[in-house]
Amino acid sequence: MNDQMTTNSIVKLDSVVKKFGDIFAVERVDFEIGRGEFLAIMGSSGCGKTTTLRMLAGLEDPTDGDIYLDGERVNGKATWDRDTPMVWQSLALFPFLTVQENVEFGLKMRGVSKVERIERARRWLEKMQILEFANRNISQLSGGQKQRVALARALVTEPKILLLDEPLSALDAHLKVRMQSVLSSLQKDLGITFVYVTHSMSEAFSMADRVVIMSRGKIEQIGTPQEIYREPRNRFVAEFLGSANIFTGALSRKTGVYWTIEAPDGSFEINAGKVTNKNEGDSVTFIVSAENMNVRPTGSQPNGITVTVVGEEFVGATAILFVETESGAELKIQKSHDEFSSLDTRPGSKLAVHWDPDHCHVLPGE
Amino acid sequence: MTGNRNIVINGLLKLHILACLVFIFAPIIGSFVFSLNSDRFPSLPLGHFSLQWYRLILEDPFVWAGFFNTVFVGAIVAVIATTLGFGGAYTDFRYNFIGKNAYLALALLPPTIPVVIMGLAMLAFLSRISLSGGTFSVIIAHGVMCSPFAMAIIRLRLSQMDPDLEAASWNLGGNEWATLRHVIMPFTKPAIFAALFITMAVSFDEFAVAWFVSGLHETLPVKILGFLQGQVSPRINAIGSLAFLSSITLIVFAQMLMRNPSTGPVEK
Repeated sequence: MNDQMTTNSIVKLDSVVKKFGDIFAVERVDFEIGRGEFLAIMGSSGCGKTTTLRMLAGLEDPTDGDIYLDGERVNGKATWDRDTPMVWQSLALFPFLTVQENVEFGLKMRGVSKVERIERARRWLEKMQILEFANRNISQLSGGQKQRVALARALVTEPKILLLDEPLSALDAHLKVRMQSVLSSLQKDLGITFVYVTHSMSEAFSMADRVVIMSRGKIEQIGTPQEIYREPRNRFVAEFLGSANIFTGALSRKTGVYWTIEAPDGSFEINAGKVTNKNEGDSVTFIVSAENMNVRPTGSQPNGITVTVVGEEFVGATAILFVETESGAELKIQKSHDEFSSLDTRPGSKLAVHWDPDHCHVLPGE
Repeated sequence: MTGNRNIVINGLLKLHILACLVFIFAPIIGSFVFSLNSDRFPSLPLGHFSLQWYRLILEDPFVWAGFFNTVFVGAIVAVIATTLGFGGAYTDFRYNFIGKNAYLALALLPPTIPVVIMGLAMLAFLSRISLSGGTFSVIIAHGVMCSPFAMAIIRLRLSQMDPDLEAASWNLGGNEWATLRHVIMPFTKPAIFAALFITMAVSFDEFAVAWFVSGLHETLPVKILGFLQGQVSPRINAIGSLAFLSSITLIVFAQMLMRNPSTGPVEK
């Protein structure tokens, strides 16, 4: 399994460290990227995602550890000797060149003849549907058109891997979604590896085959969007994804297939199959997604607690009810408007919340 | 209320600017007017219109020699100073190192030194290494004086550059030299030309240092002093007007290049 992974992977990071002065930007990061994979690296600013990308591009050199590109160790190899083009957050298009000259640039630097350069650049401009702007100045283009020029410029050398550093962050919501589908289909057509750095969960989850979540220079979790969404590994990931209700308590006794957990807000049951390597008295943290929370006017329910309404937010066809437990923990309940209509959801009113013990997910990394 | 006050203030400010301009340009205009006057002495009322003083200087081989010397020195100084200034500015843009502030302070220092002291020092130094008293020595001295101007102009332009542009070029396969040639130079092109014009104009007008080090190879400003010491002649007005026109032309070119730096020259 591991060997096969290695032969199929185009990128391998082996306990890579990057320090700026005394500060760790990236601290012992290991992962591999498969050929033709769309990998998103996600995290908040300063988490080391961009530094990781710049190390793949050869713009930063790792302080420690090894980076392999296509089987070759590339530590210390200059960026101009690699074929790892990048699409920049600022786009970094050359303002003194026309659209076509921008696209030709990578070929020119590699000594491709003028005739071939023009032909290949125009082919990519056509593919990106911006051939009609070939002789324009960069300043005459719209945001979406510039984005396409940046993509054409990076892809014109036909690399095996494309690095993207938050390329959509400057676009408005509509254009962002459109460019996401352009990127997705482009990646599928070309069959090359995309490494996409973003702080946006919607971008990462809608496009990527796998997502790497980083924080403070370390990897918190790697997995498919579904895996990460359904089974976050730890509290950081669960909180980062933002939709889960998190409870922490101690395992007190096992009855049949259920463990009972004593938490500050009461005792709850969870499916014992989800608890691994834990014994009586150990602390566990579990989450219940906002959609899996059930709510009633009042009355004590098994596996439930009484909460106070804080506020309500409308999200399209559903609403999110923000509530607070007696111990002050904040919970979210997401339901259709119909389900909330029979309840008193004014701030301050009391509601009874409960959930199915089988709908809990225990965080294995806590 | 505020509207009224603004009108008053605006009026005063405009008057102030006008007064400044008159203060600066009145002597120059005066000199220009008298250069076209037939009278030997600059006095009112004016005599009749005449180009005789221009004719006289155009017939004077010493004026021509001084003029060619000035242009020759100015052109070479412009190239040297702009090359040095570009190097200094790019170093500042690209690298961070210990003592960078000291480096910048030293690099930008020459214009702050009084020219007489500069001229004396240059003379003392150049004569010690047997380089004084020639066109070459004026070029060296002016090169030192003009480089900081070129550096300041090019530095300003580089500060407007997205640093990602350079990295993008490296990332697309251009090594550092190729990137310098295909990205940094095209981006700074307007500033490079502006620096060429400004440094040429500075060298053109510079008198004190040239006086110290030029020896027999006098530039035009040094020639003018020679005229003044000999006799008061309206030829001075004619030379002065021509020298002013040459300098202001160079400065205007430089200003035009620097005014709209976002639209660099684009090859069609």
